[in-house]
Amino acid sequence: MSSQPALPAGLRLDAHKTAPLQHPLRVAPAPHVAVLALDQGSGEAAEPTVAVGTRVGVGTSIARAAGHAATDLHSPVAGVVVEVAVRSTVAGVGLCISIENDATDARDPALMPVDWRALDGVTLLDRLRGAGIAGLGGAAFPAAGKLTLARASAVAHLVLNGAECEPWICCDDALMRERAADVVLGGQVMLAACGATRCTIAVEDDKPEAAAAIAAAIAAAQDDRVELVELPAIYPLGAERQLIEAVTGREVPHDALPPAIGVVCQNVGTAAAVARFVCTGEPVVSRIVTVTGHGVAFPGNLEVRIGTPITELVAACGGYQGDPARLIVGGAMTGRSLSSDLVPTTKGVNCIVAATLADLASRDPEMPCIRCGDCAAACPARLLPQQLHRAAQIDDRDALARLGLAACIECGCCDYVCPSQIPLTARFHAARLRMQLHDAERHRAAEARERFDRHERRLAEQAEAERLAFEAARRRARGTGPT
Amino acid sequence: MPAMQFQVAAPPHVIAGFTVPRVMFQVLLALAPLAVVQVWLFGPALLLQLGVAAVTALGCEALALRLRGRPVPQFLRDGSVLVTAALLAVSVPPLLPWWLTAFGTAVGVLLGKHAYGGLGQNPFNPAMVGYAVLLVSFPVEMTRWPVPGPEWDGVTGATALDALRTGLAQSYTMQELMADPAFGRVGAAGGEWLNLAALLGGTYLLLRRVIRWQIPLAMLAGLALPAAVMHAIDPGAHAGALFHLASGATMLGAFFIATDPVSAATSDRGRLYFGAGIGVLTWIIRSWGGYPDGVAFAVLLMNLSVPLLDRYTVPRIHGHRG
Amino acid sequence: MSGATLLPAVGLAAGLAAAIGAALGWAASRLRPDADSLVEQIDALLPQTQCGQCRYPGCRPYAEAIATGTADIDRCPPGGEATVHALAALLGREPRPVDPQFGSTKPRQVAVVDEERCIGCALCLPACPVDAIVGAPRFMHTVIEAQCTGCELCLAPCPVDCIELRPAADLPA
Repeated sequence: MSSQPALPAGLRLDAHKTAPLQHPLRVAPAPHVAVLALDQGSGEAAEPTVAVGTRVGVGTSIARAAGHAATDLHSPVAGVVVEVAVRSTVAGVGLCISIENDATDARDPALMPVDWRALDGVTLLDRLRGAGIAGLGGAAFPAAGKLTLARASAVAHLVLNGAECEPWICCDDALMRERAADVVLGGQVMLAACGATRCTIAVEDDKPEAAAAIAAAIAAAQDDRVELVELPAIYPLGAERQLIEAVTGREVPHDALPPAIGVVCQNVGTAAAVARFVCTGEPVVSRIVTVTGHGVAFPGNLEVRIGTPITELVAACGGYQGDPARLIVGGAMTGRSLSSDLVPTTKGVNCIVAATLADLASRDPEMPCIRCGDCAAACPARLLPQQLHRAAQIDDRDALARLGLAACIECGCCDYVCPSQIPLTARFHAARLRMQLHDAERHRAAEARERFDRHERRLAEQAEAERLAFEAARRRARGTGPT
Repeated sequence: MPAMQFQVAAPPHVIAGFTVPRVMFQVLLALAPLAVVQVWLFGPALLLQLGVAAVTALGCEALALRLRGRPVPQFLRDGSVLVTAALLAVSVPPLLPWWLTAFGTAVGVLLGKHAYGGLGQNPFNPAMVGYAVLLVSFPVEMTRWPVPGPEWDGVTGATALDALRTGLAQSYTMQELMADPAFGRVGAAGGEWLNLAALLGGTYLLLRRVIRWQIPLAMLAGLALPAAVMHAIDPGAHAGALFHLASGATMLGAFFIATDPVSAATSDRGRLYFGAGIGVLTWIIRSWGGYPDGVAFAVLLMNLSVPLLDRYTVPRIHGHRG
Repeated sequence: MSGATLLPAVGLAAGLAAAIGAALGWAASRLRPDADSLVEQIDALLPQTQCGQCRYPGCRPYAEAIATGTADIDRCPPGGEATVHALAALLGREPRPVDPQFGSTKPRQVAVVDEERCIGCALCLPACPVDAIVGAPRFMHTVIEAQCTGCELCLAPCPVDCIELRPAADLPA
């Protein structure tokens, strides 16, 4: 065990994690109808391989990833596909496959454990891709894709993210307390898959039970490539680039990905999913979700089948209590607020909060920025939010680019400390979208200019060729011989 | 189970709850030791100055807000104009005619703050704008400080910095001047207690994280270092560092005036340069300038340089090379 | 002030003014920004629709005209207000609305060939300034949506009027 230097900025926040952690992990009942969004949160949708009426078992493949940001999907229940249609999802709207549960919970007989030690890295990666392993930290990006890039970049260091710095979310804490051996095994499998030689499991120091469990599991595995590192409980230490900086002391360049400095980062939940797959053959059909907030009767951490509607999940926790004002997917600082609880969970949903007014902070009306600089002191990306805010107000794109708006991870730290109650994170999000659109337009214009230049050159060459041919023909016609 | 509808809001869903009025209130609280010491030295006239300045400030702010079509109660409640009024009231001589205090406050609030767009937009420190206008327009009244002491009899006399300037110009040495009753143990008589009280208040603000250490430390260093060096080279003609730190508006300037966030530089490195510039300019004006104390003009001059400092001291962003 | 002190003072001030003025004049002529690079900068701000609504055969000729002062900055309807403002900021001029005699600003649009009515005459192919229409005589013509700038130059040559403009789906590239 070793301690690393703290993040230079960021905040110490009240965690609000004790209530759900009071009880051990429970298993939530399987949903009556599992609704699986083809885009599980990574931004790209998979393509369905089943149609209405197909009979599936638990773990049967129902969608294949076409691009590299989508993940394969598998049925979380046994039953019949009843619908393939556009529905509301956590991220908005998207195509979803709905499967009616026939209550048999029959496993797909084709599922088999994987002898991962016998496979070479590339084959192992292929199997992981087919298992739909996605980043369970929230991004839902295909893990196999990340690990493939890591292998291609000869990455040496695998970091497993058990930091879980955001208030309210404690699913990884619960996972590490009860299934630490899975996390360590998953780490070992990933080492084999990507060719790295060192695995660091990073845990924040406000999770002593989880750290102890991981340490014990590492000792039991007797693998000296795997180590535990405890980090100070500062938000947002769990953000990928900040975590890598805290663990390795090096910064990932802004225009590159972590493999560029020889590091690849995965969530501990993803590692546990990998372990479950190689041990039982089961692809990702469930994950641990924290259900919390004063608006829910019995907060806790539950193992939830992917595609469970949030209504059923809340019901499994005793239903609503009090007057929940907001339903949030995610944590206190970056969680998305939903208007309805009819949406299904995805691989990226790590926490559901039924927040009452006691959980939320009321905002005073917005005042002008007084340039106090508290936001800059808190920013983990070392930006100057007060300057960015000024530039965003007048949409000065040059200033926004120069001040590094692209490096903003939208963590919410600046909002948290602002005495003028300016909704900075929302402003920066909007400004980034505008910049993206503008950049896309500039890109299109540059392409159009290039095509126009080629068009003109082609015409000029054609005209020149025609002129030469005409001259030649004229000379021949006059009988003055070939040129 | 029937579906529920919820209100939607953007993240983050929790905030610290710091507010502008709270920040301003803490600054006023930190000024209290200074005010108490000033009353003890010079009598209760300060309270009248504070009252006049506060009323004028609130009135001018309300008028300006109405003219600009802004919500008056919301902005009036933020307390920023009360801080401007308080800073001005403790900076002017306590026996200044009340209508001059009112005039200075009005100029500071209207010309120094609202002409630029109100809260958060002023490039210059409003209290110092008011002070500078008063000092230049009414030099006699503005330099008439009473003799500090337990008797509040309104007799006025030269301050230590006054005596320093005129005395050095008349080729007295520092050692001879230090015997003058205007001088206390280490700095100005009375002034050293005021500076101590301001230092106390400033430390409170630092500990409560209302201000950050860069500007006060840089300003005090910028004032003390040249003074110490020149005093070591020529002790007779230059006052030492401790004297400068304990006289005039040094501590008030370092912890309360220069740290006005709106008109100060915005990055940490910029703040160091900003504070150092104020310190050095203060020392230059005190040593060779036409006014006994240079804090106000030093602050205003460095306010001018803030856009430049902001432009060239952007810190290295995470993931970018330096 | 007596004459003895007045004359030198005035002389010094005048001398300083003359010297500084000369220095500025030299800087203006020797450190003039490259004329070519100005055209590049202006061209970079234009939308590259290549439509000719500004009465110049493409964006680059218009950029050159602006650089030489032959044309004003308000002649580009596809660029709209944003382009006029950007040009005004670059050249230090007053922004103004796009001159309506050169056309009106429309949201981004792309041309679509109605395949039912297309007769394969290939007259629209050379009309496209960015070669975004693929096809050949007596073969189906199609507009490549990603390359179309919405310049409308293909509408006129079509003898059966089978090309129409539709609003583009606004997505980042």
